[in-house]
Amino acid sequence: MNRPWLLWAPLVATACIGGLAIYGLAVPKDEQVHSAMIGQKLPEFALPPATQGVFPLSNKDMGDGSPRLLNIFASWCIPCKAEAPQLEELKAAGVEIDGIAIRDRPEDVAAFLDEFGNPYRRIGSDSEMAVQLKLGSSGVPETYVIGADGTILFQHIGDIRVEHVPMLIEKLKATK
Amino acid sequence: MRVFVPILLMLAAPVFAQGSGPTPALANRQLSDPAKEAEATRLMHSLRCIQCQGQSIADSDASMAGTMRAEVRQQIAAGQKSEAVRNWMIQRYGEWVSFEPDFKGAGLLLWLTPIILLLASLWVARGLFWRRT
Repeated sequence: MNRPWLLWAPLVATACIGGLAIYGLAVPKDEQVHSAMIGQKLPEFALPPATQGVFPLSNKDMGDGSPRLLNIFASWCIPCKAEAPQLEELKAAGVEIDGIAIRDRPEDVAAFLDEFGNPYRRIGSDSEMAVQLKLGSSGVPETYVIGADGTILFQHIGDIRVEHVPMLIEKLKATK
Repeated sequence: MRVFVPILLMLAAPVFAQGSGPTPALANRQLSDPAKEAEATRLMHSLRCIQCQGQSIADSDASMAGTMRAEVRQQIAAGQKSEAVRNWMIQRYGEWVSFEPDFKGAGLLLWLTPIILLLASLWVARGLFWRRT
């Protein structure tokens, strides 16, 4: 054997693979699907009103010079109920919020708004989830920060908890 | 009672957990052109469902997979190439949505590692053959 160091190669290779396995176990897996649309303009869409007495929502309603939140929710989604007080808090802080109701029925949306309040300026109905797909959104609830020019700036996945409210207000302020 | 209990079990909460909206027509209906349907099906088997992440959209019953199948069929029916449709999905959800990793970046490692390992093992084994001759 004229290359004694070669003897160590299998051990080094095994140690590398083992190290990778330990690293994989130690680092928690990110199961969230992040939209690849951040930094891009809102896709074109035009949704009918989600229930009686609310305004419809199209991409042209956003990006009109003032930044706002786009909240994706559904009456059948339990975390959406949990985030309702936080949306009210954001609205009270002067934040404009548009909503998209996913796979929902008008009467269910109406009942949801009755029970949990209506913080929305407009609510579009995406009954076939087609707009959700265009946005690169993977579930409910999700909240997007939309810039004054209609650019998607930030995606918050999951319900808005109390600790997320100042962060979202900060993100909106930063766009101005 | 024997009849009722299974029925009640079938109506457990998960049945209602996916919302009440309509399923897009093309989620579960084939395209009338068999060639286009075949192309769409091939593509659907290589796109990941973003709701139930281990399954392809062709295999998944999730409502999101239905929406994705409808989108694939619509675009293929409109004459889009399947790679263009795949890129449309990647633009929205990132490389991760495709089950066929691209020949670049981390994907390159995936494609080249077997070839590199094969060449390396031939190089290691080479001494054995030389000694015999």
